[in-house]
Amino acid sequence: MTKIIETKDVRLFYGKKEALHGISLDFNKNELTALIGPSGCGKSTFLRCLNRMNDLVPGVSIQGDFKLHDKDIYSSKMKSDDLRKQVGMVFQQPNPFPFSVYDNVAYGLKLKGIKDKKEIDQIVEDSLKKAAVWDEVKDNLHKNALSFSGGQQQRICIARVLAVKPDVILLDEPTSALDPISSNQVENTLLKLKKEFTIIMVTHNMHQAARISDKTAFMLDGDLIEYNKTKKMFLSPDQQMTSDYLNGKFG
Amino acid sequence: MSEIKNKLLKPSKATKQDRFGRRISVLCIGLIVILVASIIFFIATKGMATFISNHVNPIKFLTGTDWSPSQKMTGALPMIVTSFGVTLLAALIATPFAIAIAIYMTEIANKKGSKFLQPIIELLVGIPSVVYGFVGLTVVVPAVRTLFGGTGFGILAGSIVLFVMVLPTITTLTIDSLNAVPSHYRKASLALGATRWQTIYKVILRAALPGIMTAIVFGMARAFGEALAVQMVIGNSALMPTSLVSPTSTLTSQLTTEVGNTIMGTLPNNALWSLALILLLMSLFFNLVVKYIAKRGQLK
Repeated sequence: MTKIIETKDVRLFYGKKEALHGISLDFNKNELTALIGPSGCGKSTFLRCLNRMNDLVPGVSIQGDFKLHDKDIYSSKMKSDDLRKQVGMVFQQPNPFPFSVYDNVAYGLKLKGIKDKKEIDQIVEDSLKKAAVWDEVKDNLHKNALSFSGGQQQRICIARVLAVKPDVILLDEPTSALDPISSNQVENTLLKLKKEFTIIMVTHNMHQAARISDKTAFMLDGDLIEYNKTKKMFLSPDQQMTSDYLNGKFG
Repeated sequence: MSEIKNKLLKPSKATKQDRFGRRISVLCIGLIVILVASIIFFIATKGMATFISNHVNPIKFLTGTDWSPSQKMTGALPMIVTSFGVTLLAALIATPFAIAIAIYMTEIANKKGSKFLQPIIELLVGIPSVVYGFVGLTVVVPAVRTLFGGTGFGILAGSIVLFVMVLPTITTLTIDSLNAVPSHYRKASLALGATRWQTIYKVILRAALPGIMTAIVFGMARAFGEALAVQMVIGNSALMPTSLVSPTSTLTSQLTTEVGNTIMGTLPNNALWSLALILLLMSLFFNLVVKYIAKRGQLK
């Protein structure tokens, strides 16, 4: 397995308060890794470090090593907009732009400077197909994306990220704002996608992690407690604390 | 028992207050509605008198180019053209500035920067229009004369004065519409690898477009209705504008110039009422445009 993202001894401060206490996690190519843990344990904060979205939060300072393809994510040579084209992100709330489905998915392509109409059409279609939402939107590509259901919107958002062809996709609780049926559709989409992409997903839903992830990292209060293959983690975790959390003794 | 029954059957103090409050507000709204309706009715009857009692052909009124009502010449086209000319030109110059200031205030400046700019823009709103006109007369008109020739009076001078006057209107409304763009659009765009500038002009401006259009229309309505400042720099001769620097008149400036020199009930007076009617219809039209844009913005 080749490692695509390596992080070492990550510490993050909100002002003076340390929110992450030295986390080291490596992510393998074409695997789906889930970050689980109770609310406020720092899993989303950690995820946002990987595409430098924390740069937008005032008062955040970050220490530690981050490497994407052996290149330092936080070096001055790495531009945040280039990084984010390689490390895409899907948010908790579906957040399509108030434009048509087509314009939403084509947005990233236009940022990349692709102007050929045929090429854009092709990528838009491919991305929507990969995100498993093509059949539902193909007749209404020029309808406003906000007029679709929450689950469809979230898959349009996934398609929008796929169109940029990132190496890694970060998902921050992508199904927590959706109903069970839509969640299930998004999960199936992710399972198909990991053949092509590396996926790192934050979820508060342990069962979701168990269903679809290859590896799981359990975090608690800014510390990494255990990082293991998902099967191993859920059947016989190394740490007592992990076992307690997974069995619902706290959290 | 009957005491409690009586108490329950009578309206409580709160109910009485509620009814009283409702009566007062219905009364106030009724008065305003009557007031507006009678203003429209009054201007309409007065304005129509030109066509009904003086038998002026309405089409000739709107398309004629000679204005001298005392000699039965009532072609209002020069004023209509000039009014639209200054309005459009002022909006055209003001909009880029307004959008630039609004973007700076909402997306780029820190709190200090916007705190510094906010009162300046508010001050521009508060300056009386006669002061704008005076400055226009002493600064803008001579400047236009030296740069572009002519007398300096005309559409260009009027547009420049109006540009400063509508700038704060368009700016404040644009700021409101930019602030109303939800922050998750910004995050989504940045997360897709857009730079801040790409996010501003591809997402934020586009999402705020209906609001910005409304801002521009409001600015145009203000420019169209402004009388005093325009009167001081437009030249006040009811001639068809031949260039941007030829003296001419707007609907409003013609009204303020001539209103004291006409006798009630005569054609010159009635013709002025017809100009007022056109102004009223135009402001109605601007209002409808704003409503239409707002409605379309919601649908999206």
